[in-house]
Amino acid sequence: MYDKGKIIGGLAIFLCIASFPAWYMAASGKADYRPNPVLPVSENQCVESAQYMREYHMQLMQQWRDQAVRQGDSTYISSDNRTFDINLTGTCLKCHTSKAEFCDRCHNYTGTAPNCWDCHNVPPAQAPPQVTP
Amino acid sequence: MSDMKFDRRSFLKLTALGLLALAARPAIDLISKPSIARALSGPATGKRLAMAVDLKACTAADGCVACIAACHRVHNVPDIGNRKEDIRWLSEVGYNQAFPDQDNQLVAEPLKDRRVLILCNHCDNPPCVKVCPTQATWRRDDGIVMMDYHRCIGCRYCMAACPYGSRSFNWRDPRPYVKTIDNGYPTRTRGVAEKCNFCEERLAAGLQPACVEACSSGALTFGDLKPGTGVHKLISSQFNLRRKAELGTLPQVYYLP
Repeated sequence: MYDKGKIIGGLAIFLCIASFPAWYMAASGKADYRPNPVLPVSENQCVESAQYMREYHMQLMQQWRDQAVRQGDSTYISSDNRTFDINLTGTCLKCHTSKAEFCDRCHNYTGTAPNCWDCHNVPPAQAPPQVTP
Repeated sequence: MSDMKFDRRSFLKLTALGLLALAARPAIDLISKPSIARALSGPATGKRLAMAVDLKACTAADGCVACIAACHRVHNVPDIGNRKEDIRWLSEVGYNQAFPDQDNQLVAEPLKDRRVLILCNHCDNPPCVKVCPTQATWRRDDGIVMMDYHRCIGCRYCMAACPYGSRSFNWRDPRPYVKTIDNGYPTRTRGVAEKCNFCEERLAAGLQPACVEACSSGALTFGDLKPGTGVHKLISSQFNLRRKAELGTLPQVYYLP
């Protein structure tokens, strides 16, 4: 094998650079960082269980969207037989009063940018500052 | 049969026949479309929401815009202040603009000066629905021609198809142009078409459309177009006009001149 030293050396340098994000995070002590969304104090149960909401809230919201807009039925019956009005601003944000402290924390962490808020209103207290035309 | 040849000529013949057979299915589908059947048979049975606009009672000519203001307020319709980018759900125009086909050589004096409220006609045979490539707009069973903003890709075919100019397009983010945002209805975003929805969200809550509620002169009547209802009595008891009814769109906003 020719140029053994160069090849192994090169591979080692490559591995160092490729694994930079992992060991940099470990070295800076942020490896165990978790987003910490602020949960509502007024309620202790969302429309479904917390685990289900964590994993499937996007699917649930799409189901809500289709049911309310396409089928004209805006009543959701949860798996434990409670009824809710399908309304992002009126129902979700009634308990989750701060979009910035709830929705945005995880979305920013995972680098997702859902476009719900392009149209759906965030009640004024938490609305981002408007650009004057 | 060893001398039977599949020659060039019969190959071409069979190919042409095969292609013809492929074309038959779409042609049959086209003439058996339910929308065409519905258009030919008139309004479907069951619930059929409609509006009657009494032009004699309407005070738009005196500068009243209560209905327009109410509609645009509850639906967060922006005021962009630029005619090319105007968003209008409900607006008022002159008689000859609203009814170009009624613009006779001599129009009765009272009619000539009347202002006419114009809005989406919620057609029974809506051309906007036919052309929408994503089914973002569709006709509900109760007659409302709905818009699903989630699905709109902003191609504006619907705007080209609508003979009434009832649709508007968001050329820019409308939010900065909405004076006070009403949280009861979402705003729209750039690149989405929009129009009057007969206050579908208010009907679901058991309310009348915002324009009907705001009208103090009783010019607007809204309801199910079945015998016995207020709107049916009004329309069936006197001469009425519909905008460009000759196009066969079966508009459901009736004007009582």
